[in-house]
Amino acid sequence: MASSIRVRATSNGDTTEVQALIQHPMDSGFVKDAKGEIIPPHFIQVLTFEYDGKPVFVADWGGGVSKDPYVKFAFKGGKKGDDLKVSWVDNKGATDTATAKIQ
Amino acid sequence: MLTLAPAARAADTVDPAADKAAFQKFFTSKFPKLKLEDFVNGPYSMNEDLHKQWQEKEEFPPYEFSLEAGKEMFSTPFKNGKTYADCFPNKGIGIRQNYPYFDEKEGKVVTLELALNRCREANGEAPFSYVKDDMAALTAYMAFTSRGKPMDIKIPNDPRALEAYQKGKEYFYTRRGQLNFSCATCHIQSPGERIRAEVLAPALGILNAMPIYRSEWSGMGTTSRRFTTCNSQIRGVPLNPQDDEYRNLEYYLSYVSNGLPISGPGARP
Repeated sequence: MASSIRVRATSNGDTTEVQALIQHPMDSGFVKDAKGEIIPPHFIQVLTFEYDGKPVFVADWGGGVSKDPYVKFAFKGGKKGDDLKVSWVDNKGATDTATAKIQ
Repeated sequence: MLTLAPAARAADTVDPAADKAAFQKFFTSKFPKLKLEDFVNGPYSMNEDLHKQWQEKEEFPPYEFSLEAGKEMFSTPFKNGKTYADCFPNKGIGIRQNYPYFDEKEGKVVTLELALNRCREANGEAPFSYVKDDMAALTAYMAFTSRGKPMDIKIPNDPRALEAYQKGKEYFYTRRGQLNFSCATCHIQSPGERIRAEVLAPALGILNAMPIYRSEWSGMGTTSRRFTTCNSQIRGVPLNPQDDEYRNLEYYLSYVSNGLPISGPGARP
């Protein structure tokens, strides 16, 4: 299966700008389907970006975040050619990881 | 008076080329700052802030997952070993701008969505829903391979083709629904203005961006989805996707955008 994560990181020498798009239903648990039955909650709980073994961005998410979330942030440091690791864990225990080279 | 000689009257007055010129001139004079190809970006062409949002969005477009899924589906063979490429000219690559076309054997307009489902059925596969998901992914990929190519809809010298065109035009300008809106009420009279929080898109180039990812839908939608939701938003009863009326409408609306580049798959607020 194709990765659920798209990530792009670009460094300007001083800071690294990161953009990521994640494919996930992010069901809040408050919505009913066409039959009137509640769609069980299914959302990403922790999203982590790691650089050089250390987390540079950690998000604790809940059902309030939109479907297929998009994240953009910048952190100090980060060298061109280095790896940036992205991973998420959702409330059902599913997980996915992707690695991007900083450009 | 219409009932006296409808055929003769239609033949006297239907002039698609003149319609197209007038249609495009209307928009270019209403928005003199815009270039013709800008109109394919819908609401994003209407407003500077939205335009900036769109440029940022295009760096990481929300239709990307769908596009990728479509590419994979397109190259995956059916159970009988054939592929979508076998159903289309040029193996289905870079042909979006020629759809919908008038099929002279059948005497009707054939849209890309319809052709895709016919291709599936001819190869023993179940048809897809016309409005979203798989159909949107497939058309997204096909549109992507045609990006930048000018819309090139032909109206053959056939009275039935002219009739289909004319019916599509009539559908576009006919008021319906509880709100008594026609397609033109929003997309000719009021592009650039707001309807609640949305900025209305110009009718010119509106189909060039199909299928679209709409944040409001939090997903992809095809031309069929756009037509049916437009009809329900004006509190009318939508037709079934790919009914003759919708196919004629798509034929008319695509023809008057001839020359504008394909920009699909698109993203909309």
